[in-house]
Amino acid sequence: MGMTFAEKVLATYADEKETVPGQIVTVHPDHLLTHDNTAAIIQKIPDELNQYGIASTDLPIIVIDHVVPAASEKTALNHKNIREFVNKHKIKHFYDAGEGICHQVVVEKGLALPGKILLGSDSHTCSYGAVGAFSSGIDRTEAAALLLTGQTWLKVPQSIKVILENQLSSGVYAKDLILHIIGDISASGATYCSVEYHGDIDQLSIEDRFTIANMGVEMGAKNSVFFVDQISKKYLSSIGVNEKEYSEVCADEDAEYDQELTYDLSKVVPMIAKPHTVDNTTTAESVQDIDIQQCLIGTCTNGRLSDLQVAAEIVKGKTVNANVRLLILPASRTILKQALNQGIIQTLVDAGAMILPPGCGPCLGAHQGVLSPGERCLSTANRNFKGRMGSKDAEIYLASPATVAASALTGHITDPREVMN
Amino acid sequence: MTVWKYGDDINTDMLFPGKYTYTCSTPEEIKPHLLEDLDPSFADNVKEGDIIFAGKNFGCGSSREQPVVGLKDVGIKAVIAKSFARIFYRAAINQGLLLIESPKAVDAYSKGDKVTVDADDGVIQVGDETFHFPQLPPEIIAIQQAGGLLPYVRKTLKKQK
Repeated sequence: MGMTFAEKVLATYADEKETVPGQIVTVHPDHLLTHDNTAAIIQKIPDELNQYGIASTDLPIIVIDHVVPAASEKTALNHKNIREFVNKHKIKHFYDAGEGICHQVVVEKGLALPGKILLGSDSHTCSYGAVGAFSSGIDRTEAAALLLTGQTWLKVPQSIKVILENQLSSGVYAKDLILHIIGDISASGATYCSVEYHGDIDQLSIEDRFTIANMGVEMGAKNSVFFVDQISKKYLSSIGVNEKEYSEVCADEDAEYDQELTYDLSKVVPMIAKPHTVDNTTTAESVQDIDIQQCLIGTCTNGRLSDLQVAAEIVKGKTVNANVRLLILPASRTILKQALNQGIIQTLVDAGAMILPPGCGPCLGAHQGVLSPGERCLSTANRNFKGRMGSKDAEIYLASPATVAASALTGHITDPREVMN
Repeated sequence: MTVWKYGDDINTDMLFPGKYTYTCSTPEEIKPHLLEDLDPSFADNVKEGDIIFAGKNFGCGSSREQPVVGLKDVGIKAVIAKSFARIFYRAAINQGLLLIESPKAVDAYSKGDKVTVDADDGVIQVGDETFHFPQLPPEIIAIQQAGGLLPYVRKTLKKQK
């Protein structure tokens, strides 16, 4: 019997011929991602760090991104403690405030590669399935243990085969597709599972795949993966990764999947996730009368160049509605620079947008655009949970960058196909 | 002993708001904000030995561990749910908080029922109904017996070096 992607990667790392769902294996992941929470993680183990040191200087990837630049004395002290830790333990992969959101940075720097295992103390660590890696979120305590030992246990997951057919129509994007899928299978529909994408994936760019893989955890998935192909190889080569650095792991033809789901991309329309769960989805067209006060385009879900580009095309030469604040949050410094060079930032600012520094910004309600009671935000982020962006009496709706840009112009939720062309 | 009952898809933002994630990490800092946006009466009234019932997908969302650290610290004896989100489940193992997946026990509970949990024998009693839950794999029991992941790791590091 053949193996799924997850079974195959875990077998390789556990040095077993094969693995089966439910089996517990011990693995040494290639990398451990931590971010601003590194400060709290190292506080758990100061004596052990002094006595034993870290498992390897190559294992940790540390990115300061969640509250950047520091919003308070406490967060500033956290950042300072992290920098001291990085210097003391000679951490190889450290990216300070301003470099970007951890998930974007990990991929851009070529640290997530096909067939590799990455674990991270952030639930959206599953994003690296965009480039064919096995990646999953863990808690802070486990990150502390991994720093010391370099190893942990993983349960081999059951796998879900998602077959994508045809291509998305004009005005419809990867975000609409993943909201459509999560609405269909529910916020817990893939709990503990490896979600593996098959079919016409050559219709989806690396950026599209990133958006889809990033939201795997919103249906409960352990990992969410697009197998390596010509598109990912070309992307990896463009950022300086040599093919010899990774192995091309794909599921076997006869792999056994727990469930098989097929989606016709040509039938997907612009989608909205209504408060307060990501699976509370509907079409943009059906909620057009809902007014909004804040629009957020960016985050690790949709802060890449093509996202900013489509937003700029929609608002070019127009003005953001007087009742709306439009916030732009590029996912990395690299993306911000590209958007500057291409005039995208100029167009967005001319239309009335505010540009935030690359980082997590208001997505988790820590700073830079928190919501007051009674306010409504339309966001390209991945979560619309109650209280996530500030007040528990505010509402968050999720959509694609095109839908958010179109809605920023009108002041209410708008199907982007109405304002495009 | 109080039994707290909540619904489906209770996410970690409701259990501990994200805006405090980078300023609160010790049990003392966490406690006042526990379940703040879900049940404002919880933090002031929870007592050692209390039990939580919940629907499916309890603990979904962010990987923040403050909800688990907080629930363990205030003495929650067990969270019994129809299902748990993956990262939350791992975090509970790592902190030594008992999570029990038992949809039938959740459905059987009505307000006022007496509830007892025997972790060693794998038995939940709800009113006059009894439900059994399976033992965890030995790898995980070893972590629990050590008192959580960090005590477990300290022991193994000491042995190795």
